[in-house]
Amino acid sequence: MSDQAVTHDTPHAPPQSGRQRTPQHELVKKSLGRRHAAEMRFRAAGMSAVLFGLAMVALLFVTIFAKGIPAFWQATFNIPVYFDPEIVKVEPRPQAQPGETPAQLRDRDLAWQTQVTMVNWNRVIENALIEHLPEAASKRPLVRRLVTSGERFGLRDMFVANPELLGQRVTLRLLADANVDVWLKGNIDRDLPDSQQQLPPEVRQWADALYERGVIEMKFSTSLFMNPDSRSSLASAGLAGAIMGSLYMMLIVILIAVPVGVASAIYLEEYAPRNKFTDLIEVNINNLAAVPSIIFGLLGAAVFINWFKMPLSAPIVGGLVLSLMTLPTVIIATRSTLKAIPPSIRQAALGIGASKTQTIFHHVLPLALPGILTGAIIGVAQAIGETAPLLLIGMSAFVASVPATPFDQATALPVQIYLWQGNELRNFFEARTSAAIVVLLAVMISMNALAILLRKRFEQRW
Amino acid sequence: MDNWIMIGALLLLMGFAYQFGVLRSRSVAAGGAVRMHSRPGYYGLLVALWCGLPALAVFLLWSMIEPSMIRSVVIEQLPPEVAALDGNQINVILRRVESIASGFGVSDQPAAYELAAAARVSELQGTGRMSMIALMAALAVGGLVFTLRRISPALRARNKVESVVQTLLIICSTIAILTTIGIVLSMLGEAMRFFQFVNPVDFFFGTVWNPRFSTVGSGDQGQFGLLPLLWGTIMVSIVALLIAVPIGLMTAIYMAEYAPGWLRSVAKPVIEVLAGIPTIVYGFFALVTVGPFFHGLGLAVGLDVRATSALTAGVVMGIMIIPFVSSLSDDIITQVPRAMRDGSLGLGATKSETIRNVVLPAALPGIVGAFLLAASRAIGETMIVVLAAGNSPVLHANPFEAVSTVTVTIVNQLTGDLDFASPQSLVAFALGLTLFVITLALNVVALYIVRKYREQYE
Repeated sequence: MSDQAVTHDTPHAPPQSGRQRTPQHELVKKSLGRRHAAEMRFRAAGMSAVLFGLAMVALLFVTIFAKGIPAFWQATFNIPVYFDPEIVKVEPRPQAQPGETPAQLRDRDLAWQTQVTMVNWNRVIENALIEHLPEAASKRPLVRRLVTSGERFGLRDMFVANPELLGQRVTLRLLADANVDVWLKGNIDRDLPDSQQQLPPEVRQWADALYERGVIEMKFSTSLFMNPDSRSSLASAGLAGAIMGSLYMMLIVILIAVPVGVASAIYLEEYAPRNKFTDLIEVNINNLAAVPSIIFGLLGAAVFINWFKMPLSAPIVGGLVLSLMTLPTVIIATRSTLKAIPPSIRQAALGIGASKTQTIFHHVLPLALPGILTGAIIGVAQAIGETAPLLLIGMSAFVASVPATPFDQATALPVQIYLWQGNELRNFFEARTSAAIVVLLAVMISMNALAILLRKRFEQRW
Repeated sequence: MDNWIMIGALLLLMGFAYQFGVLRSRSVAAGGAVRMHSRPGYYGLLVALWCGLPALAVFLLWSMIEPSMIRSVVIEQLPPEVAALDGNQINVILRRVESIASGFGVSDQPAAYELAAAARVSELQGTGRMSMIALMAALAVGGLVFTLRRISPALRARNKVESVVQTLLIICSTIAILTTIGIVLSMLGEAMRFFQFVNPVDFFFGTVWNPRFSTVGSGDQGQFGLLPLLWGTIMVSIVALLIAVPIGLMTAIYMAEYAPGWLRSVAKPVIEVLAGIPTIVYGFFALVTVGPFFHGLGLAVGLDVRATSALTAGVVMGIMIIPFVSSLSDDIITQVPRAMRDGSLGLGATKSETIRNVVLPAALPGIVGAFLLAASRAIGETMIVVLAAGNSPVLHANPFEAVSTVTVTIVNQLTGDLDFASPQSLVAFALGLTLFVITLALNVVALYIVRKYREQYE
């Protein structure tokens, strides 16, 4: 562009003798201050829009991490527990007898396990606590409230796994009750009157005393990762089931959405003739990418669950729904990568006698691989963060076990977050939910970082 | 587990078949004396495909059909008084029969007919499995031998393999179409069943939403008026767009026209992080941070603002859409030709005057498209509104009050027990259909506008 030439040639070019002040000049000059102020205002508005965006990112991360990080440490007792034969009165575990079907052995074993369950494990725990709190010996029901109720099942399982423990004294880590954790962390106002506190004054006093003496410590909470969800023993509610469910779904998405998406992108980009049918597929894919995720949940509920009678709450159904949802993302990303491969590569391969399929699979695809992987990872990351469609196929059911196969009942990380945020014990679960969000964000951020790394490492500009 | 062993064996056999094919084609070629049509690998692949695909197809079909076949045979064989029981009880008995048949046994004394049925089941399963394995083996070996013998210099192995590959690719790309068809059919089908209970006019123009909990068959139906939900959706979306569009647009303008390179390279990816955060996280953020903040702010200025309201949900949703709007607008603004900017600047306009009077009007169609896409995102968004909008399906125009939206109601009506016979559940599909049609229309219009705009400057 040569602006000068243009101005010289135009018939209405301003006179060259600009020194002389014309009324127009004055007008422009007068307005300059106002115009520059407007310029500054506009610029400031743009700047503050950017700052607002950045501030929101910071606010989001700071509030969630500030709440979530402390929840990774949990009040834990470190005390010797005595498996008192006076309390733990059980027979030896049944062994297989000749002429017995496996079903009968299982029945006898279950009967034995029931016997173990009937043991007053609370008393075992109470005794362990009273060793440190002699003054509490007369208030056993209150002592019990220090330790979360799930720990008695923990002791039972430990005993079932190893009946040798009978009569032994073992130092164990027992999770404190959720309310004790809240109290010690100061997540509840310590000055509230007794009527509004969750714990009776004695229990609060004991908790403080034990914490001071180091019997209760803030330990990194492995239960958050190792335990499934729990409603009766809130302190031991964990993410294991949700993580496993999300993992299964991620696997299914990787196994279905990625290959199918890449294959259809290859077909549409490289083979498909331009006709009505392929146009239809194209429009279709663009629209599918913009369909709200909840619609895919409805599809899953109607097709997979109502028509095909697949199980409710199973990761297999969730995985299929998420695969269908991710498919357009993968297709679009792959297509744009394939489009970016210069035609000269194809022409060169075709020119020396490669067939079309050979050209694509031997030359174009390897070059497109980093881009395809990046798109696929981003798609999968999006899928595991999705909640709404999973609610509609029953994955918001409470599941207190870790799924062993993709056909078992399970929940997913984002759904677990949804379930926990609604828990009544807000003081405890606000932090626990934030911790779950930290886990989810960590997974997603690491996946996205991997995608960025791949792109940076292998990106080629043609 | 047996099935996995079988699949593994088949894959192993396919590996061998490949090797046989390669070796055979080499021997046919006689060390280069005869010119083969394809490279050895293609003959190998062809043999492997002929060996594996038919057997695999048989396996899949058989696995789908066998359980129901056995089931019907067993039910036929049960004593009539047992066979007359209802579905659930039959299922219990069949499970016991299966347990006996597998050798695991049941803990109590099985009835005579159960033992007989179990014997029959294990016999059927045994013969079924044997015949399936025999058929698969015959097909695999037959395919292998047949194809091996066909290998000759004239066999166009590469073309055949490539056509199989291409067929697979075509099948994959029709899945996208099948998904759309599935969405439309399932929505339409279930919505039609809903409209048998409720008059479509009452649904689309009703102003009261009160579905009630009624058991199947009781005459009590409740009222299913769409308008309060639709209005709630629109109110939340308007708040969201009021936040997202100006901020997103200004961000895009600042990034494209003003920001120095270092700022752009830092701020752009950071803002884009907002787009990658799961919506449930935004919902939680709205619930525990933004909602109480607005509530406190309302108290300070003497307004009654509920913590969960259209305002809270809308603002947080707006934050979520900012990167979406800004990246779309960024694309559009950078597409406005340089010459238009230079012309304006050359006439003496300031940068902001150029942007406001030249760039933005030129980019307007594209920005409208971006606006529509953002609106469709906002309308379909679920988790933020589920957590932060308060769920109160009443017609009112106060953004400080709780509202309910179409998506929230879908979740409420369809979580928990899936009962596809009551209007209370089926209404979710009618709502879904409405949502689908609205977002589809917005998207189609938006894509059309954006494409037109792109053509204008290309």
